[in-house]
Amino acid sequence: MTAPAVESCIRMEQVCYRVGGRTILTDFDLLLERGVNRTILGVSGAGKTTILKLLLGLIQPQSGHIFINGQEITGRPESDYREQRKKIAIVFQGGALFDSMTVGENVGYRLFEEGRLPEAEIEAIVREKLRFVGVEPALDLYPAELSGGMKKRVAIARALAADPDYIFFDEPTTGLDPIGVYNIVSLMRRLQEAGKTTLMVTHDLPTAFATSQRFSLIVASRLAFDGTEEGLKACALPHVREFLQPTDASLFV
Amino acid sequence: MRLSRIDRAALRFFADLQGVFLLGWQAFHRIFQRPRYYRDFAIQFDKLGFGSITICFLTGLFTGMVMALQFLIQLKPFAATSYVGGMVAVTMIKELGPVLSSLMVAGRVGSAITAELGTMIVTEQVDAMRVEGTDIIQRLVTPRLKAMLLAMPLLAVMTDAVSLLGGYLMAAGYGISPTLYLSSFTQFLFPLDYVEGLVKPLAFGGLITMIACYTGLNTGGGAEGVGAAAKRAVVISSVSVLMVDFFLAKIFVVFR
Ligand SMILES: Nc1ncnc2c1ncn2[C@@H]1O[C@H](COP(=O)(O)OP(=O)(O)OP(=O)(O)O)[C@@H](O)[C@H]1O
Ligand SMILES: [Mg+2]
Repeated sequence: MTAPAVESCIRMEQVCYRVGGRTILTDFDLLLERGVNRTILGVSGAGKTTILKLLLGLIQPQSGHIFINGQEITGRPESDYREQRKKIAIVFQGGALFDSMTVGENVGYRLFEEGRLPEAEIEAIVREKLRFVGVEPALDLYPAELSGGMKKRVAIARALAADPDYIFFDEPTTGLDPIGVYNIVSLMRRLQEAGKTTLMVTHDLPTAFATSQRFSLIVASRLAFDGTEEGLKACALPHVREFLQPTDASLFV
Repeated sequence: MRLSRIDRAALRFFADLQGVFLLGWQAFHRIFQRPRYYRDFAIQFDKLGFGSITICFLTGLFTGMVMALQFLIQLKPFAATSYVGGMVAVTMIKELGPVLSSLMVAGRVGSAITAELGTMIVTEQVDAMRVEGTDIIQRLVTPRLKAMLLAMPLLAVMTDAVSLLGGYLMAAGYGISPTLYLSSFTQFLFPLDYVEGLVKPLAFGGLITMIACYTGLNTGGGAEGVGAAAKRAVVISSVSVLMVDFFLAKIFVVFR
């Protein structure tokens, strides 16, 4: 695959992924350009989390290619693309906060690991990020002491501390009340205004339309639709219609 | 190509065996690399090492006492009770000290390591660490390996010492003086036996840690999977300790 080395996007080309005898993805394509926020839609168990993990090189596909800013990460050892991957941060489905560390240590994790900054400076950054997401008082608490919505916000703060170009969100609004959903959506909007590109995975359509310009729909391991909101709403494909129907049971899983 | 169930089980077994050794090698050579994570090492040493003192103390005490008791009964008719010290020492230092302390530790530490790492896997904490740029073997496996390689021989030596003390408590009842008890050691123990008594717990400590870490990091299937993995790690590491003990004993016999 010939790609200009300077391109700023994350790409997935013709990716096939199987695990435990099941095919999760077949010939899947995805493009995430800087500044064009995208949502991947799909029912529960469709393989949405799997796509994010593939893009991060946490798992390797059986075939196909994945590029981060023009550099291929497929078929290479993790140590090769660890630096490349630092451009991306992810907010996992359950937050994935380190439960042996305080909220402050969680948010400052990468900065402490890199050890380039003095501790006082790290603390200042950590406080700033926590203030940004609105949970600064939680600094010295442990993840077990937080509510689900707070965990998600701390996870966002941790993702921000790394100052990434791209932020992946794995179902950021699932399991939150309407106010919680509103908070997360407005946070994502503020991040986008600050120049971060977001890639979200969800089956929550209003959130998707509120935060993204491009949409990928995955149905039965394949890419069923790729385009804009108008395109998605106007699309006549039966699979797409089925997903958009509010009466579809899959939306309530 | 269709595989029978036995083929698949065998394939899996060898894949796991290879996995444990590969992880063991990767973790071992990272001992000499940076970053060192001293804090994690200290935490693990405290949890795995110091935390196991009580259990090893009790194991040593009662094993030493029961061994001495049985030997004294056997030796009495031959008027050879003065040998009891040496006999307790040789069985404890070469075999029972390392093996029993390791089995206790396998139950306690093996399940703890597996459950901890397994939970981190199923809650995606390990993935999160990798995304943050951490080498997870360096961060999660190597400190535990270092801690156990240091703690296990110390625990075995402590178990030996306590068991000899326990043995003496019984011997004293048969009118054996401390000097007689101690002097019989040299008749039974050779310098190489002490080496055997240190090499074994070192090997067992490494084995238990690696099996537990491998099982933990390969956990799947949510909270239920974590429980199953912990149980599997304890069973496999306990049986492996006994098997490896036999082969190590055999090797030391050759060098005698
Ligand atoms: N290690 C594995 N072994 C077997 N099956 C797996 C494994 N990992 C994932 N799967 C399967 O892959 C499918 C896709 O998983 P994935 O987590 O990507 O789904 P998802 O779209 O994120 O779903 P959800 O909305 O519930 O989070 C699931 O059906 C899951 O059962
Ligand atoms: Mg998911």
